[in-house]
Amino acid sequence: MATVPLFWYLILGGIMFTAGAVGVIIRRNPVVVFMCIELMLNAVNLTFLAFSRYSPTLLPADRLPSDHWMAGQMAVIFVMAVAAAEVAVGLGIIMAIFRLREEVDLDEMSELQG
Amino acid sequence: MEPIPLPPGLPFVLTWNQLSFLILAGIATLFAIGVVVMKNPVRSAMCLVVNFLILAIVYFTLNSQLLGITQVMVYAGAIMVLFLFVMMLLNLRAKTVLSEKIDPRMFVAVPLGLALLAGICYQVFWPLREFVMPKAHDSYGSPQAIGITLFTDYAYPFEVTSVLLLVGVVGSVLLAKRKV
Repeated sequence: MATVPLFWYLILGGIMFTAGAVGVIIRRNPVVVFMCIELMLNAVNLTFLAFSRYSPTLLPADRLPSDHWMAGQMAVIFVMAVAAAEVAVGLGIIMAIFRLREEVDLDEMSELQG
Repeated sequence: MEPIPLPPGLPFVLTWNQLSFLILAGIATLFAIGVVVMKNPVRSAMCLVVNFLILAIVYFTLNSQLLGITQVMVYAGAIMVLFLFVMMLLNLRAKTVLSEKIDPRMFVAVPLGLALLAGICYQVFWPLREFVMPKAHDSYGSPQAIGITLFTDYAYPFEVTSVLLLVGVVGSVLLAKRKV
């Protein structure tokens, strides 16, 4: 039974990552830039899962066989947790800046430069 | 299960699995591009929700059921609600909605992004084209399998993650408070 090749999942992940990276460069709204970062994180999650299903990680021989395909899923779980924390803190920073300056434009935010 | 042959006339032979994946991937790609090109941030957020839901279905096709459900709950639920909540609080009126100017970066960023994609595809993905059959066990993504691995081999990162989330909660409350 012919299934979907690993290649196709990787291409989808690559397209989503590219869209996110281009968005981070060209958009000026910090909220949209955060969304593009989430898009990139999700693309990486997709490739993690595809790899963990199609080509099990080569671990030392004394590990259990189940470990060979659980590593990718564990990485996805931790990426999701880190992304949740990152969004909460990042949006808090955006709100603090907005309260200070009443405008949100990434090109205009230059207080942090020395 | 025997593959059901598709109606003739398609340019090359596809199975139903591959056809449904291509449809899902096309929708996901369209909405991922929509996140970038939409001028209104709320529309970008809606595109992102659709993209996350399609991605959850793709996770299910990878037999990773628990992570598909987690994707719907964490990303399409919690994180997107947070985004929309902040947009509502910021109250971006018509005068503060940023008009995305046509700037020269756009003409640099898009070719560079396409070059990045082409480079990754040629250097990293193309050598992996022989991996056609899934090797993992069919129940590798069940809640039981993930739970056993998470609480034995990955117990230490799990605990560290809980500390990280606690720090995130405290930090975001501190940042969002009006006066410290």
